[in-house]
Amino acid sequence: MNTEIPSHGQPIDRFAAAISGEVYESVHSSSAIKSDKRQALLAGDYPNPKHLREIAGQIKQHTLESLDKYLPQAVESLERNGVRVHFAANGEEARQIIGSLLAARGAKKVVKSKSMATEEIHLNDYLAANGVDCIETDLGEFIVQIDGDHPSHIVTPIIHKNRRQIAKSFEKHGLGAYNDDPETITRRARKFMRDKYMSADAGITGANFVVAETGRLVLVTNEGNSRFSLAAPKLHIALVGIEKLVPSDRDLSVFLNLLVRSATGQQFTAYTEFISGPHASGQPSGPEEMHVVFLDNGRSDILAGDCREILRCIRCGACLNICPVYRQASGHAYRSVYPGPIGAVLSPLLAGEKFPSLADLPKASSLCGACNDACPVNIPIPDLLLRLRDKGKREHAPLASRGVPPMGGFAGLASQPALWKGALLAGHVMNYFPVEWVPVPPLSKWTAQRTLPEFRGGEFRKWWKQRRQR
Amino acid sequence: MSSKQQILNKVRQALSDKQNRAPYPVYDTAEYVAKPRVEGGSAEQVFRRNFAAVHGIVVGDFEELKAVLAKQPLKKGCCDPALTAKLQGLHIEWESEFNRNKFDEYDIGVTFASGAVAETGSLMLKDRATADRLSALAPWVHVAVLKRSEIYLTLPEALQRLGDDPNVILVTGPSKTADVEGILIEGVHGPGVQIAWLVD
Repeated sequence: MNTEIPSHGQPIDRFAAAISGEVYESVHSSSAIKSDKRQALLAGDYPNPKHLREIAGQIKQHTLESLDKYLPQAVESLERNGVRVHFAANGEEARQIIGSLLAARGAKKVVKSKSMATEEIHLNDYLAANGVDCIETDLGEFIVQIDGDHPSHIVTPIIHKNRRQIAKSFEKHGLGAYNDDPETITRRARKFMRDKYMSADAGITGANFVVAETGRLVLVTNEGNSRFSLAAPKLHIALVGIEKLVPSDRDLSVFLNLLVRSATGQQFTAYTEFISGPHASGQPSGPEEMHVVFLDNGRSDILAGDCREILRCIRCGACLNICPVYRQASGHAYRSVYPGPIGAVLSPLLAGEKFPSLADLPKASSLCGACNDACPVNIPIPDLLLRLRDKGKREHAPLASRGVPPMGGFAGLASQPALWKGALLAGHVMNYFPVEWVPVPPLSKWTAQRTLPEFRGGEFRKWWKQRRQR
Repeated sequence: MSSKQQILNKVRQALSDKQNRAPYPVYDTAEYVAKPRVEGGSAEQVFRRNFAAVHGIVVGDFEELKAVLAKQPLKKGCCDPALTAKLQGLHIEWESEFNRNKFDEYDIGVTFASGAVAETGSLMLKDRATADRLSALAPWVHVAVLKRSEIYLTLPEALQRLGDDPNVILVTGPSKTADVEGILIEGVHGPGVQIAWLVD
């Protein structure tokens, strides 16, 4: 991932300006289609989707604020089901745990089902460096992997690529002569992957939800890749963020219905798997051994802070799809594993000490609130962005104030009534000469692209005075 | 101190100053049932409609199954031994055990379903009742034998039936992807043809 910060200007603007027309077109049209589908489906299926999102948010918020009860309960349930549970304080520890679990069984070949948590800890690079052949099985993630690229979206990792680019990658990596027909591409991936599944020693997955009461891991996929990763190999390792819990099985009807509709605009995914342990005794296929690695990696710090609502996130990607900034800039502009509005909050928080390097992200928003309206767990993303802007300022992160004109003059003016009144009168003069001539650099940057409306200052004060006289 | 203790302590500390913790909300799972999807007939009729909507194929008897399978080039299949007797006369060479070394030779797999969800158009497969996970997954065609009495109308009802099986999967039509330019392609890693065979 390109984490290099450009030396001037807002990083996200520079990324947005640098993306090609092809990428812009792919991202813009796919995200718009997904948003429309989501809205139509929710409105068609439910009389009051907003209420359903609020309840879902409350369940998640409750779970987080009682995590000291639910996390130990989940461990107990999982262990009762025959699952070995591990805890990793950070990415390094998680990588080591997974590495040693694989080594203990002599596992050299791994099939991996799409998981943001494994992206977060850069598991693939670690396994490759340790001589483990780990293949991404989700079609999009597989393409990202062979390209040496990074996902630009949390649900549709190759939203930034079109069929011609994919066909070229397949050709380059020996998956047949150039053919950009999506069906041919898919069939070739199917053929290639089947041998990989059958010869794999282990399957690695994430989890969409973990039910504390029953110890059930829930995995949703469309392609059947996670199912295959848990059918052929004998070892299953799941890496799960500690915030993924829900209290009980009944809550799954809330989250499954909202997650899938919000993520892909489908009413249900093709495969929804409820896993509570190794395969049933006597079964020929499926894992003999199952491990869950709970990952903290900054989450307990977020829980202690004033942005804990972000931990409600169920990774549906709806806020990316609806966001005008994401649609312009694409995912790589966020320079982290989690892009879009959710990433603008989560990534700087997960960065911990490296917060300053991502302090500009909370500013990459017009605070239009579309993300909040789209969120199936009703996360107040705009409020959280404001809290992080404040944090950036307080901690004097240079990126938090880059490109912002000094506001000292305005503050002086606004805090002295007499001066303010004078300024309002002077404002009317502005209507008589073109503002483009104003030689102040921060202002001219603004006016170069925008037309200033006619100045009508002072109206409120007039109205207020008259109102009191009446 | 182990990482487990450390993390659990951090979580406890993070919440220690929280006076009024968010309560578990009062709600009815029925609110999350998509009414338009469950209306218009019996559980079987609703299942037929919704399973067809996700491009699954429902057959009501052996003759119908025969007609559907005749459209596919099927040579070899893997079939739950309890079902082989019912599947004669299809000109398919049946094996009762899934041979991993020949995984690519099976064109069709036949296993038992443990239920279905009418609302979502999903088959419910439970590990204990499935002869082999791979027979339900690796071949291009999968036939799940489903008892009519085990079709549950809504998702919340079905979730109450998960029981203590270590692996339950809801299969909602054929496997699919839209990763390439958002274009829907069926039959990615799992079956491209998903059939539900209703029996009494």
